[in-house]
Amino acid sequence: MKQSTLIWTMLMVFGGLSLIFIQFNRGKGEVYVREVPVEAKASSKTSPEQTYRWSTYQQVPEKEKGKPGVSFSLSRTLGLWVAAFCTLAIFSFLYGDNPLYKFTEAVFVGVSAAYAMVVAFWTEIVTNLFAKLFPGFARMSFLPDISEDVQSDLLYLIPLVLSVLLLWRLAPKGSWIARWPLAFFIGATAGIRLISYLEADFIGQIQNTIMPFIVFDSKGSFLWIESLRNTIVILGVTSCMVYFFFSIEHEGVVKYISRLGVWFLMVTFGASFAYTVMGRIALLSGRLDFLFNNWLGI
Amino acid sequence: MLETLQTLDRRWIFLAMFLAVAVPLIMGTTFPEEPSDQVMAVFDAVENLPDGSNVVMALDYDPASEGELQPMASAFTRHCALKKHNIYFMTLWPQGGPMIQRSTELLENDYPETYKGKYGTKYVNLGFRAGNEGVIKLVVEDLKKSYDTDVQGTNLNDIPLTKNLKNIQQVDLLCNVSAGYPGSKEWVLYGSAPFDIPTVIGCTGVQAPIMLPYIPQQLTGMLAAIKGAAEYEQAIINAYPELNDNLAAKEGLKRMGPQLVAHVLLICLIALGNVIYFWERKQGTS
Repeated sequence: MKQSTLIWTMLMVFGGLSLIFIQFNRGKGEVYVREVPVEAKASSKTSPEQTYRWSTYQQVPEKEKGKPGVSFSLSRTLGLWVAAFCTLAIFSFLYGDNPLYKFTEAVFVGVSAAYAMVVAFWTEIVTNLFAKLFPGFARMSFLPDISEDVQSDLLYLIPLVLSVLLLWRLAPKGSWIARWPLAFFIGATAGIRLISYLEADFIGQIQNTIMPFIVFDSKGSFLWIESLRNTIVILGVTSCMVYFFFSIEHEGVVKYISRLGVWFLMVTFGASFAYTVMGRIALLSGRLDFLFNNWLGI
Repeated sequence: MLETLQTLDRRWIFLAMFLAVAVPLIMGTTFPEEPSDQVMAVFDAVENLPDGSNVVMALDYDPASEGELQPMASAFTRHCALKKHNIYFMTLWPQGGPMIQRSTELLENDYPETYKGKYGTKYVNLGFRAGNEGVIKLVVEDLKKSYDTDVQGTNLNDIPLTKNLKNIQQVDLLCNVSAGYPGSKEWVLYGSAPFDIPTVIGCTGVQAPIMLPYIPQQLTGMLAAIKGAAEYEQAIINAYPELNDNLAAKEGLKRMGPQLVAHVLLICLIALGNVIYFWERKQGTS
């Protein structure tokens, strides 16, 4: 066995044993919930008012265990342990690619896609399409809160037909039919985006860059910080635009201005990279906080 | 020594980074924060609204970005709760539902006198709608064209907060916490810029440089990454000192300790890498 592999194996075994020791001695990694009673009333033209009662469970800090209404939650405790296991399994990639990491990665991707699909189905297909076309049936089957005065909106047949046409792409023959709804979606998206980008990005950003080099306050005093800031913005925008202007040779004055633009771009990329690093460390501290605080209770 | 560093296993660097983040986190190390002008613009936008104003809270992120964005969402929610604002939660991300739930639980648990049992009169959860920027375009013009019901399936005409709300141009402030597309940029392009809706955002570090040019004309202010969240928390604590003992109100501040140590480590590693590079070059030329 290589020396580094030996060290890392010992480190992981030691870490694992420490975790087991902490669990048995401190009894952490348990979730407690408080029962919250819920009451709702429902009525319709055909039936009298009915009262429904059920309970929801709200997670509480472990220090509240033993208080009235607070109980141990097995399902949430299992969830906590699965989350901790998955986090450690993903971290194991840092040691090297391994089957545990691949399995957990596949689970994450699958669960995310499935969750998004189920949420989209219930909020879009059921609530937004089915309930609009067949409100009576939707009220009886899934959505009792739909008013009895709501009528079918046949305009929603258009998105339904377009969606069905889009699925035609999967058919062995006639896949060209899917091009019609696709053309509509692309055209509509381009139209919507074009106007907003023109207004907010193009014209808006030009307006934001039109600013005075020298700034005075209402009393006529020279504001050097504001003046410097404006000058840097104007110089930066102009020099970066010159750098990206390839129709003329970058020689003489143009060469120096474009080189200044490169410097501005480098500073921008540096700031962007620094922010990205900060973001990644924040994510790491978020996961470690979960492991130390929620799971181990350190 | 330098020969050893040349062939150093990168896993030692991972271990060093783990320790740099884990140790301050366990120790609970925090450092003083001074809210910047940009963060104070966000703070003032919420603070200067009259008590009980209407605020839309669009939380467009998922558990993958929770570590960076949850402190911002909590801070926004807490600040609005302190001002007793009416809050409309919504999300353009399918996985955003549980993120909203965290904020509604914060309202119910930490501010029961204002929000407990006041669903529909002090806050409402509109939930998720598919359609990305299409949803934004609809809600700024006609809310009920996109949202018929809230997350529980109750018709918006039966909820006191939404009964008379035609569109979100009528709200006093739009707060967006976003991790990417659709998110802050789309809210600016389709919401705040064309309709002049006062907007403040909190975004990930990756998004921050893209959003900076919109300040201050199209955006009132921005919280950038965990640093922005920590400064915002500090601004809230400065204004409401009773929060000083509340650990839940210092999520972002707590995460800045590991940030500082990890950044110092990174700077040292970059410097070391440069030393090795120049040493190698010298070896090669001699």
